[in-house]
Amino acid sequence: MSNTLLRVSGVKSFYGSIMALKGVDIEIAEGEIVSLIGANGAGKSTLMMTICGNPRAREGTISFAGQDITKLETHDIARLRIAQSPEGRRIFPRMTVLENLQMGAEIDRARHFDEDLKRVTELFPRLRERLAQRGGTLSGGEQQMLAIARALMSRPRLLMLDEPSLGLAPIIVRQIFDAIRELNRREGMTIFLVEQNAYHALKLAHRGYVMVNGLITMQGTGPELLERPDIRAAYLEGGRH
Amino acid sequence: MAGGEARGGQHQPIGLLAAIWDSCKTALLALGLCIPIVLLRTDQDFSNQLILEPRVGLTLTLVGIAFAARLVWLLAANWTARRPTPVTRVPILAGMSVSPEAARRFAIGGLIFLFAYPMLSLALVGPAGSIKWIDNFGIQILIYVMLGWGLNIVVGLAGLLDLGYVAFYAVGAYSYALLASNDVVKDFMAEMIGPWFWPAWGFWLCLPVAGILAAFWGIILGFPVLRLRGDYLAIVTLAFGEIIRLVLINWVDVTGGYAGISGIPRPSFFGLPFNASDEGFAATVGIEFSPLHRTIFLFYLILVLALITNAVTIRLRRLPVGRAWEALREDEIACRSLGINTTNTKLTAFAIGAGFGGFAGAFFAARQNFISPESFTFLESAVILAIVVLGGMGSQIGVAIAAIAMIGGTELLRELDWLKRIFGADFDPTQYRMLLFGLAMVIIMIWRPRGLIANRKPTLFLTTRRAISGDLVKEGHG
Repeated sequence: MSNTLLRVSGVKSFYGSIMALKGVDIEIAEGEIVSLIGANGAGKSTLMMTICGNPRAREGTISFAGQDITKLETHDIARLRIAQSPEGRRIFPRMTVLENLQMGAEIDRARHFDEDLKRVTELFPRLRERLAQRGGTLSGGEQQMLAIARALMSRPRLLMLDEPSLGLAPIIVRQIFDAIRELNRREGMTIFLVEQNAYHALKLAHRGYVMVNGLITMQGTGPELLERPDIRAAYLEGGRH
Repeated sequence: MAGGEARGGQHQPIGLLAAIWDSCKTALLALGLCIPIVLLRTDQDFSNQLILEPRVGLTLTLVGIAFAARLVWLLAANWTARRPTPVTRVPILAGMSVSPEAARRFAIGGLIFLFAYPMLSLALVGPAGSIKWIDNFGIQILIYVMLGWGLNIVVGLAGLLDLGYVAFYAVGAYSYALLASNDVVKDFMAEMIGPWFWPAWGFWLCLPVAGILAAFWGIILGFPVLRLRGDYLAIVTLAFGEIIRLVLINWVDVTGGYAGISGIPRPSFFGLPFNASDEGFAATVGIEFSPLHRTIFLFYLILVLALITNAVTIRLRRLPVGRAWEALREDEIACRSLGINTTNTKLTAFAIGAGFGGFAGAFFAARQNFISPESFTFLESAVILAIVVLGGMGSQIGVAIAAIAMIGGTELLRELDWLKRIFGADFDPTQYRMLLFGLAMVIIMIWRPRGLIANRKPTLFLTTRRAISGDLVKEGHG
């Protein structure tokens, strides 16, 4: 697990004149699950969006598999097989589940469509019965599954998930996190997880980062971070979420 | 008004007395309204003095109508509510519950009717009467069907609200008019190929050129508006339409300004002109010359052009670019994160939509023989957009139905001369066109907020029905 896949170093990014990321360094090695936790407005989603080139990093560099991607367009970054399940899921509501998945396979030119369809419906059997249904008619949990499945259709080298547990019932959250773990274990998928649900995120992750006000303040292995009293106090108050 | 609104199954039956009482209240309200508006009419007498002229009879008639209408309304609602209406109404979002098989049959039937239409009208109303039906109804409606389908690519599929679509129609029309009647081009062609060539084949050469030029202008509009969406995009496209129109008005040397361009060459039947000469279409085929031949030919021409637009759109929807348009309409950010180049996607939507507008414009110029900026006002853009929205954004058949209703309806108003006998000779039904337009739109938007045909046809299906066993779909698995 020493092969660095994604390296973010000294990245600063802005919304207008407001600095949202104040020099962030993270690394993700191949085959790892890395979680980024932090409070609302800490800059977690901004970091993920910056990796995707929207907004672009104004300072610092982002490299993926040895290639500098700091200045690339969002769609070109996606074409390097960095797939993303964005904040708020952003599925295509009027298109069917099958069409949503087809859009995900566009990068791959749908070369392995049938095979990948089988693969993601095995991961999320719920989607299989919904294939002909329009995306907007799915429940929140199913939409999240669809967003992840759509990202997987491109056969990504790095899968980035932004708050997959947002607004979902605990049982669905568990299903989704089980699926993420399964993906990593079975296929060795590299996963970057941005979460507010610190307990689940750190429990799942090999390594974790904690972000406060646009800066990484702590890092360590998942269990290590879970044990730290300051993290427990700040993010896990009241025990398990 | 007071009383029960009768809607669907939530209606409580109303007694006769209660209904009469409710209607009395309605009548009273009507009376109150009528006193200032109808009853008291002011006029001038011989000495220019203002006098009051009470119109009691008219007032009572109106109040009576209000009473009767309310009563009938309430009782009719009662009657419909009493019938056991099954509650199988498909939700509006799902659209009309038409099976694909029925839709296919409808489309084939419609096509056969369209191809037989000129002959039918010829047989039914004779050569003199059928010009109106083929030209005013047939060709006019088909032009708007084609424009609607063209704009449908931009607005319905790609979700880019374009209020200046008429600009591309104008570009197509003026491109054809200027090219086809240009002496330099004519002389050049005469020298290169022969004097017979340009009059015979000019239209067929200019038509694609007009489409390509319009597509080019679509890209020119597309570049500055790439970052805009929704309202902002609408404003810029609106301005673009006006700019094109103002240029056409003010660039008098080239476009003739308000006077427009006249004497635009007519299309030929693949080289055979529609005239009484020996080389003409009629003489060659061996039938008697009639100006109707050209009209019928134009009908088939625009029919084929519109069908090509439709076929291309349907085909494109199944290709990556068409899928990208639809995804773009749904969510631009998600598109980008899936590796879709949104710049190219938007530009192709603008270019292809504009190209079809250009084809329609070239056809329009050739059919009219005369064009001026007056044909390309904002109202045209609004009508085309209304056709797309009323038809149900993205639905091909819905757009066609909306075009028939809107344009055919307008033409029908010209037929309502008998109304003059009721409302007096000053009454001109066509004056009420905009009023009826507005009314129809409001009603359709209430009845079907997403347009006539709101359901979107998926472009991808599973070819084999896969049996799903129960143990695979149980909760918690996965």
